[in-house]
Amino acid sequence: MSQHTFMLNGARVTVEVADDVRLLWVLRDILGVTGPKYGCGLNVCKSCTSHINGKAFNPCSVPVSDIKDSDEITTIEGLPATVGAALHPMQEAWLEEDVSQCGYCQPGQIMAAVALVRMAKTEGRAITDADLDGLRNICRCGTYSRIRTAIKKGAARM
Amino acid sequence: MAEHRRSPEEDTSPPNRRRFLGYLLAAPTLAVGVTWAGAASGVEQAEAAIPSLPQPEDIFDLGDLQNLAALATSGLIAVQVNEDGTASFALHRTEVGQGISTTVAMMIAEELDLPIDKVHITLADARPELLMNQLTGGSNSVRSIYTPVRTASAIARQQLVRTAAAQWQVPEGEVTTKDGVLSHRSGKSASYGSLTKAAASDRTIQVSATLKAPADFRVLGKPQNRIDAHDIVTGRKQFGMDLRVPNAKPCMVRRPPTINGTVRTVRNLAAVKAMPGITDVAVITYGVAVRGDTFGQCIDGLRALDVDWNPGPVAAESDATVLAKIKRAQLPMVVPPLGALSVEAEFTFAFASNAPLEPDNAIADVRSDRAEIWSTLKVPIVAQGKIAAQLGLPQNKVVVHVVPGGGSFGRHLFHDVAAEAAEISQKMGKPVKLSWTRTDDFRQGRTHPMCVSRVRATHLLGNVLTYEQRHTSSETDFGHGLGEMITNFAAELPIAGNLSFAESIFLLSQSVPYNFGVVTQLLNEVPLKFNTGSMRNIYSPNVVTAQELVVDKLAAKLGKDPVAFRREFLKDQRLRAVMEKAVTVGQWGRKLPKGMAQGIGLHAEYRGAVATLVEIDCRPETVNRPIRDGVTGPRVTKATIVVDAGLPLNPRGLDAQMIGGLNDGIALALTSSLHMKDGLPLEGSWDNYFYTRQWNTPPEVQVVVMPATSSTPSGAGELAVAPCFAAVACAYARATGTMPTSFPVNHGTLSFEPYPTQPSTPQSPTDGLATAF
Repeated sequence: MSQHTFMLNGARVTVEVADDVRLLWVLRDILGVTGPKYGCGLNVCKSCTSHINGKAFNPCSVPVSDIKDSDEITTIEGLPATVGAALHPMQEAWLEEDVSQCGYCQPGQIMAAVALVRMAKTEGRAITDADLDGLRNICRCGTYSRIRTAIKKGAARM
Repeated sequence: MAEHRRSPEEDTSPPNRRRFLGYLLAAPTLAVGVTWAGAASGVEQAEAAIPSLPQPEDIFDLGDLQNLAALATSGLIAVQVNEDGTASFALHRTEVGQGISTTVAMMIAEELDLPIDKVHITLADARPELLMNQLTGGSNSVRSIYTPVRTASAIARQQLVRTAAAQWQVPEGEVTTKDGVLSHRSGKSASYGSLTKAAASDRTIQVSATLKAPADFRVLGKPQNRIDAHDIVTGRKQFGMDLRVPNAKPCMVRRPPTINGTVRTVRNLAAVKAMPGITDVAVITYGVAVRGDTFGQCIDGLRALDVDWNPGPVAAESDATVLAKIKRAQLPMVVPPLGALSVEAEFTFAFASNAPLEPDNAIADVRSDRAEIWSTLKVPIVAQGKIAAQLGLPQNKVVVHVVPGGGSFGRHLFHDVAAEAAEISQKMGKPVKLSWTRTDDFRQGRTHPMCVSRVRATHLLGNVLTYEQRHTSSETDFGHGLGEMITNFAAELPIAGNLSFAESIFLLSQSVPYNFGVVTQLLNEVPLKFNTGSMRNIYSPNVVTAQELVVDKLAAKLGKDPVAFRREFLKDQRLRAVMEKAVTVGQWGRKLPKGMAQGIGLHAEYRGAVATLVEIDCRPETVNRPIRDGVTGPRVTKATIVVDAGLPLNPRGLDAQMIGGLNDGIALALTSSLHMKDGLPLEGSWDNYFYTRQWNTPPEVQVVVMPATSSTPSGAGELAVAPCFAAVACAYARATGTMPTSFPVNHGTLSFEPYPTQPSTPQSPTDGLATAF
């Protein structure tokens, strides 16, 4: 057991847990932050997608000891605060397009979408169909076409 | 000041076409229960002036059967009006993404004249008194709930009107309702919440109310977004694993290397129990359960176990052995092959997984004299009864809470995970939060069994004389209770003979919509003990795909375009209408480059009808486009789906279900299957089981919801899978010039490196930061 401290959704948190426990379980089982979902624990389904220092990553595949004191972890719960609003523009687009079905993958889909748009913007370009094809997040309900529409809409407002 | 209660009068007027009976219930605030559900049976006669006789499905389909089974007990569901002006309804169906809670909220909002955000839908606990009326399946929920829920809501509104009229001393006809407020032209107004105590009844009495005519609908029939959408996009929607039940610590199971294998010995149980974060280890029916502080530590613990296993009942079976057994069990055709006048084809469909994205999970708190269970259950009463028997408790001492599910696709018809959680909690003497791992879900979870569909059609002088289909499958388990309904009502079915449950479900769900002379469709099953169950749309995706491929083959043989041929032979007028719409919107016949083609698939079921027109790209540059750890292959580039849902209640929800069905159909046609080897599927993750991904999904999708063709809604949740699968298969055949006979088309190639069979759960990677973007 050792202590691990990092920033989570704007607040400093400290947990006491073994080094190799993956961050997903620290978030869900210890800190009670359940927006990131367990879908595989294999860095495949992407339903736990969250942000580390603004970049999309999958906490199911990162030992908590790899998270530094200065690292900022953002889960879906903390996304609106990153833009100082009640909802992030991507979440608004998601609502307008009524993307969700069962909803299990959607927090991860939104977090991945935000990071994808940020990456494209950093590269000074718009989102392409090839970008969207490259998103690996599974939606077993098959909402893919609404996800694509919502990302384009959300991107226009980011 | 005490509210004055007006004693309502008993209503004995007979119900008419839109007037229905219900009960004002004795309760502190207004509550209305419903008993009258006759209209829900809605049996419509099929068009009869046709050369082919109606098949059983035409007269009486699976949903009708479910409606019939539901009649006796529908009366026990109640709509309540609360003092804060909201209405509540504990839904006796399970929300798993199909949108049933939104559609039911719309029904209540419509008849109560209440804004939809003031309608609260929760999921009812298991209620044994509802008998088989608490089963979510067969795309039947909206069809069976439509009349009872609206009736309860209309009676509630009427009672509020009567109460206001009495208090204001004005005629009832002068009191209007809008957005949860009662008004009179004199300027008097009152919120529903302020009158609900006064409107309540002190005894249970029968009343009736008239439902709105569809022409007067303001909510139903208009596109409505999901009522749980905000909770979903903010991460607040709670699934089973998100619930906090005191001391219900994470729990996972080490599982055998073959399906349903059992534990022979565990060599290091005490050592694993002493591992960091682990609290308990227990041998259970199909493995060894590990309980700990975090799921991650449970994975470490179950991987560290040293176990010897007994083989499971299908340990000797692989794809090839199952296929051989199925082929030996095929029923004979009646009509002999007629050489040039016959079209014959045989199609093989691989095992497929009905695993949703949310791994199977359940919380169980079993004590010596009682138990409490939380899980996503589509047949909670059966789960309650069977778990009670397993635990040795009376059924009424087992409380079963139904939790919204992260998908179902048939998986939650069974309560395997809830029963296992109960077993573990009883053995450990502690509450547990059990999650199956992803690999467990694919390897030990329920599957849609392998099946073969053989078709022979004969034709002469441009007419099709006979169409015979013999569908042979490894057994599908219907042990979740659907069979019970058929047992109860078998005598009333318009089918002669002594049919098995599976045969009954097959006959009630299948029919050929073409004038093909003498038509027979028969099912036979091979009793192999795989963990099987219904997958979305049960038999239809396979049966209809085989049928539509043969229809295209017949068309080609008679020198006709697939659409022109269908026009000539279709007997179902609603299918004809959706096909014509799809032909126009999807631009049937437009010119495409070599290697690309269109395909059309038609299917009617659940009193609805769908036509799907897709375009597929089978050119090498598309088929071979690289995606890391993904199957690319042919891509459906464009899809048009036209749906006639009878009376479309929520076009936006229907559109969503059509898109979902499309992506299921694409997966079943092209990429997703289980490879059975030595008693275990090889698939262990979503990068092995290739459900449709963004790189497979069509960039262009259009859904057209047809205007109402009926006064009642059809089923929708499963409706699109079969026609979409068929359309993709037909398009693939036309693009490549070869009719595929084995599905999915890539099943013959193993496109991944399987995880080891032991330990049963792979360790989570540690390099997640390397893929950050």
